Amino acid sequence: MIHSLFLINASGDIFLEKHWKSVVSRSVCDYFFEAQERATEPENVPPVIPTPHHYLISVLRHRIYFVAVIQSEVPPLFVIEFLHRVVDTFQDYFGVCTEAAIKDNVVVVYELLEEMLDNGFPLATESNILKELIKPPTILRTMVNTITGSTNVGEQLPTGQLSVVPWRRTGVKYTNNEAYFDVVEEIDAIIDKSGSTITAEIQGVIDACVKLTGMPDLTLSFMNPRLLDDVSFHPCVRFKRWEAERILSFIPPDGNFRLLSYHVSSQNLVAIPVYVKHNITFREGSSQGRFDLTLGPKQTMGKAVESVLVSSQLPRGVLNANLNPSQGAYTFDPVTKLLTWDVGKINPQKLPNLKGTMNLQAGASKPDENPTINIQFKIQQMAISGLKVNRLDMYGEKYKPFKGIKYMTKAGKFQVRTYQHFLMVQTSM
Amino acid sequence: MSASSAFNEEKMGSSSVGEAEYAYDPVSGKIFSSDYNRHDDLKEMLDSNKDSLKLEAMKRIVAMIARGKNASDLFPAVVKNVACKNIEVKKLVYVYLVRYAEEQQDLALLSISTFQRGLKDPNQLIRASALRVLSSIRVTIIVPIMMLAIKEAASDMSPYVRKTAAHAIPKLYSLDPEQKDQLIEVIEKLLADKTTLVAGSVVMAFEEVCPERIDLIHKNYRKLCNLLIDVEEWGQVVIINMLTRYARTQFLNPNLNESLLEDGGSGDKTFYGSDEDEDDDEKENKEKAEAAALAKRKPYVMDPDHRLLLRNTKPLLQSRNAAVVMAVAQLYFHLAPKAEVGVIAKALVRLLRSHSEVQFVVLQNVATMTIRRRGMFEPYLKSFYIRSTDPTLIKILKLEVLTNLANETNISTILREFQTYIKSMDKDFVAATIQAIGRCATNIGEVRDTCLNGLVQLLSNRDELVVAESVVVIKKLLQMQPEKHSDIIKHMAKLTDNIQVPMARASILWLIGEYCEHVPKIAPDVLRKMAKSFTYEEDIVKLQILNLAAKLYLTNSKQTKLLTQYVLNLAKYDQNYDIRDRARFIRQLIVPTEKSGALSKYAKKLFLALKPAPVLESPFKDRDHFQLGSLSHLLNAKAGGYQELPDWPEAAPDPSVRNVEVPEWTKCSSREKRKEKKVEKPFYSDSEGESGPTESADSETNSASASDSASDSEQSRSSSESEESDEGSESEEEKENKNKKKVVKKAVKESESEQSSEEENRKLEKKIKQQEKDSETVSDDEESDSESSQSTSEDSESEAEVKKKAPVSRTPPKPVKKEKKEMSLLDLDDFEPATSPQVTPISTLLSNSLVTDLEGLSLSDSVLAPSTITPSGTLKSYELLHRITGEGLSVEYCFGRQPFSPDANMVAVQLQFTNNSTSETKNLHMKDVKLQSGMRVKEFPEIELLPAGDTASAVMGIDFCDSTQAANLQLCTSTRKFFVSIQPPVGELMRPVFLTENEFKREQGQLMGMNELTEKLILDAKYRNEHAIVQRVTTAAHLSRVPCGSDNECSPSVPPPDHPAHRFAGRTVTSGSLVLVTVATGEEGVAQLTVNCEKMVIGTMLVKDILLALTQ
Repeated sequence: MIHSLFLINASGDIFLEKHWKSVVSRSVCDYFFEAQERATEPENVPPVIPTPHHYLISVLRHRIYFVAVIQSEVPPLFVIEFLHRVVDTFQDYFGVCTEAAIKDNVVVVYELLEEMLDNGFPLATESNILKELIKPPTILRTMVNTITGSTNVGEQLPTGQLSVVPWRRTGVKYTNNEAYFDVVEEIDAIIDKSGSTITAEIQGVIDACVKLTGMPDLTLSFMNPRLLDDVSFHPCVRFKRWEAERILSFIPPDGNFRLLSYHVSSQNLVAIPVYVKHNITFREGSSQGRFDLTLGPKQTMGKAVESVLVSSQLPRGVLNANLNPSQGAYTFDPVTKLLTWDVGKINPQKLPNLKGTMNLQAGASKPDENPTINIQFKIQQMAISGLKVNRLDMYGEKYKPFKGIKYMTKAGKFQVRTYQHFLMVQTSM
Repeated sequence: MSASSAFNEEKMGSSSVGEAEYAYDPVSGKIFSSDYNRHDDLKEMLDSNKDSLKLEAMKRIVAMIARGKNASDLFPAVVKNVACKNIEVKKLVYVYLVRYAEEQQDLALLSISTFQRGLKDPNQLIRASALRVLSSIRVTIIVPIMMLAIKEAASDMSPYVRKTAAHAIPKLYSLDPEQKDQLIEVIEKLLADKTTLVAGSVVMAFEEVCPERIDLIHKNYRKLCNLLIDVEEWGQVVIINMLTRYARTQFLNPNLNESLLEDGGSGDKTFYGSDEDEDDDEKENKEKAEAAALAKRKPYVMDPDHRLLLRNTKPLLQSRNAAVVMAVAQLYFHLAPKAEVGVIAKALVRLLRSHSEVQFVVLQNVATMTIRRRGMFEPYLKSFYIRSTDPTLIKILKLEVLTNLANETNISTILREFQTYIKSMDKDFVAATIQAIGRCATNIGEVRDTCLNGLVQLLSNRDELVVAESVVVIKKLLQMQPEKHSDIIKHMAKLTDNIQVPMARASILWLIGEYCEHVPKIAPDVLRKMAKSFTYEEDIVKLQILNLAAKLYLTNSKQTKLLTQYVLNLAKYDQNYDIRDRARFIRQLIVPTEKSGALSKYAKKLFLALKPAPVLESPFKDRDHFQLGSLSHLLNAKAGGYQELPDWPEAAPDPSVRNVEVPEWTKCSSREKRKEKKVEKPFYSDSEGESGPTESADSETNSASASDSASDSEQSRSSSESEESDEGSESEEEKENKNKKKVVKKAVKESESEQSSEEENRKLEKKIKQQEKDSETVSDDEESDSESSQSTSEDSESEAEVKKKAPVSRTPPKPVKKEKKEMSLLDLDDFEPATSPQVTPISTLLSNSLVTDLEGLSLSDSVLAPSTITPSGTLKSYELLHRITGEGLSVEYCFGRQPFSPDANMVAVQLQFTNNSTSETKNLHMKDVKLQSGMRVKEFPEIELLPAGDTASAVMGIDFCDSTQAANLQLCTSTRKFFVSIQPPVGELMRPVFLTENEFKREQGQLMGMNELTEKLILDAKYRNEHAIVQRVTTAAHLSRVPCGSDNECSPSVPPPDHPAHRFAGRTVTSGSLVLVTVATGEEGVAQLTVNCEKMVIGTMLVKDILLALTQ
């Protein structure tokens, strides 16, 4: 399956290579660099590149390309999913997955890769098992290791691989037993110029941080489980129980994990928490354009809209922007033409507004295209879909855990289009 | 290795081995910069005695390898440390060894003995890791050693080692393909493995080594289907892809007669019904099929194995792993009946939220699917709308999907969406959008004019790319109906002055030339302009100018003769030979000379022939001949090692190849379908039972047919239970009143087939029970009479105050209670002696079990405390080993409820062995018991000989530690070993104790709050009487009745109090915790169930079980 792996940084250096079968020369990456050159943006490099003898399948995460070399037929998603799992594992181990972090921990990285793949076929990808095999580095442990000469390779053998619950470490012990669940929902929406919703859907996840002793068996139930249109589970969730009773029943992995991700479809009416009033115009013959943008809360159920960030890619013809924000600060990058406005919190009494003029290149004609406005925001203590956790019960252990549930709503890919339709479909079809 | 650690290294180094230089940062690469003897220090460190130094050296070496630097000259120094005690050093040495062994084959051999030793280690994990490294060393000399190691590991006790062996197979194969035959043998052996751990790895090996040997799968097909949900996610992907191919060779195309049915006027919507309910589905299917048979058509009936695959893969659509979801999606796309494919759309749309690489692959596949099955994704149209932040690759794929989805109803929304895309700043994307509009216009006639108008407006766009792309698309559209659009052609002719993009210019010229008759005045003028600029044009434009000139010469030679000749002359001296050639060719063809041949007569026909309009097709058309989700599909080219997806067979190959033994139901295949279904249905649970013993606690999920009953407890149920509840619901719903008839019919059928399957028996028993109940309620009065008489006759057994059970005449009551289900056949005899005279229980079985019971009796006589009250009700027996899995040996177990004399803390489990094979079985015993911590087992005495067809029974004790965890055991015969597991229902984990009502209340008072669980329920009218309640509770749990203050239950003539409370008491077997159960009845069958137990888990589960027993 996976023959070799190359890690390539943004400037095109191969800074790590690992081979699981016989060695593949790193010159195979030349094909990748070629494709990279052809692509205008880093993310436009095709994930699958055929070369005369190999196939390169790559993912881009944290500005590092993870390029896997394949020699024969394999489902591409298999490789892509695995590479993402590798990145997740690195992130889990080192906190960040940057070139520096990988270089600093190159031995751990190598040990991890060795355990994750055997002859190119995934072996251990559960973070709980890996952590049993290879302890994540911490500053303290590095110190202790160098002084005492002990290692960060687990002494015990990977018993988890033999267990019936391979995702859970054995012999977990905590003095404080806690289980936290974060219900995080993201709204993906496209709003058209007039403010009406073209499409909106909610993507939610329940991330858990479970630190419980022993082998707890948890059940989590919802007040309104029918809301969830489509779900995908962590392997620990008993599927049948969900099918029958709409209850999540599981023996959790130790530590952080994503219990569930769900989808509330566009068929349901999705509340849109903010609205945007905008007036972005370029006049024919003038080298100036007008910019006026106001944000306001809409359906927020009384919760404050926080951490609002507006960004917009202005047309290429715009030289600079001279704007005046009523709150927060804005920046305009004259090279990338990216306008960002860090609004902060929306005060319903005094709506944030950004107003001013944009200067165009002298003599340039009015730009055809109008920008799209991307909005980010957060709303604490609310799940916009209305999903509510009913209760969390624990079986199998005697102690009483501390339980916590947090809700949050965020903007996902939340876009407002400011351009008119060009007049193609006048007739009502 | 931060700066601080580097600092420490330095300190440490200088204190120990002074001369070595440690200040280098091992990863920054500085160490490689200078001196040539740079590895000397590393060698010294590796030779030292200190593990810490060795480790440091190895870390630096690994860092070098990671950076792609050559470290091969260190090989001798490193390989010495292969037997190092320090685990981390050892692991890093392994890394090094695997990397360089191929280059230093001779030296690598030095390490082999270490691994060979490791292969014999008692610890399974060490054996596994030794095999792993040994098989990763690519040295041809050791091939025989590897082969031997793999063969040995393939029959290892530990599934983990077997998994490693499966991983090693492709490694050896790539090293030496000559070993193929031997490796296939190993694969065949491992395919028969029943653990989830091995399944994924061995199928991967199968795919790499011998994907063509589909015949190896037959016997394992059902097992793989059933194990699938518990296999790790990567293995799932491989198995599903392989099974897709398998199914294509073995089953019939479910969509084959789709068209036939449509002809018949019955829409295929009703044919499969909703895909949620498969049972209904199948019934409907059957009815339809019968109707079709009447119409002399060959009916399609889905092979149950085909259905099994579809059903067992469906839950995996919920996997978090995109590759698994995709694998299931492609399986459904390639194998499912049309009406069922829809379920995958939702899951695929969900994947669109994932990383862009995932989106890229998913969209490619969706694009292919939308061509064949557009309706499936139509509801999700909006999910494919494009955001300005999407990468261009994704945008273009989404556009493709949107275009494929366009039809008459949604075209207006799609076009409106397309309009916004045209304003995008991403020009490649805009161009693609214009193409997409063109495709919509060709496919959907209604909007052709609108699209054309829109595109013409785009011609005045400021962006030249947009204009050019529009021209190209318009050209294609105009070709469909040129006569209507001469004004557009005129408009475009004007554009030649401004537009510079060669492709667009060429398109315009071609259009004018082609339709010069529609624009007779403009065309010569355009040619005049072009002649002027000819020398500056691009080649593609020049060719079109020549083309235009030729066409005009043929239609309008008066005006254009000179111009044409001028152009041809220019072309004659062009730099490009293509153009020179073309000019020469055209001149010969159109300009009549004395030498010109016959062809010039046909010049007009040649140039102005009616050209068919181009068909604008999706590039994804017909890509589905590649298996979806594969690399080959993505690249639209066959990748190395790709296995073609076979076409459906014309006629189904023999389905019996998948039967694991020569089972009786193949004999039934000639019978009518209804019967066939009845027989085959239990097969699923059958094979589930087969895979059961070695699986995890929640393995029951794989029996998950969507229609299965919902009552799922935390712990797994045995498959027999689910079977029963299935049956139960069925009979409750519709067949209650037909029950009697059914039973009779069944019984007759039963006796017809000589070897009745166990499931049949169980069903039968169920029916009979039902009937028993019925008759019980009917004869309620008599019952109490006979009961009282019984209790008087039985005081020798115990001085029980309560004696509640079904009256069974003649047979002594105790053995009947303990009898296995075959006894219920006897009961049937008692009830309906006339109807089923043929039912003949095996006599040896009967006598044997009687003997056991008598043994049990004698045991209980000696140990039974006077306060212990024997419970009543029939005992349920569970399957431990199915006769197919056991190769003829079948074992059942039941909880006899007698105390286990050797150890009072153990639960007695009664085992019943039946030898169904033709040869005798020897030395039956339990061995090498692997148990959960705390559990203990007292094995039964070895059964030395079990002749063919004979049965034997034995009693063993298990201390379950008051948990319902299964006890995993190994049952050995002289030739085989079987992994089995015994799982106690919670009610069997307790033994009755005698308490008076006051004692009960006092104890109950101490078990309040958290320890008390209360549940309300409504009792069925028939079962409100005390007798029924007591019987049901004591059947569900091994408890004893607490006598009430009044002794009404002994004398039925005294009317009972209005709302009596029934109390039961027991203690858990291991820890002796009290278990108190109260059932208080009220008006209208309302009752309240209270369980007090300090073990909350036991309490909760007990509440469930009793509730189930009372309400069923």
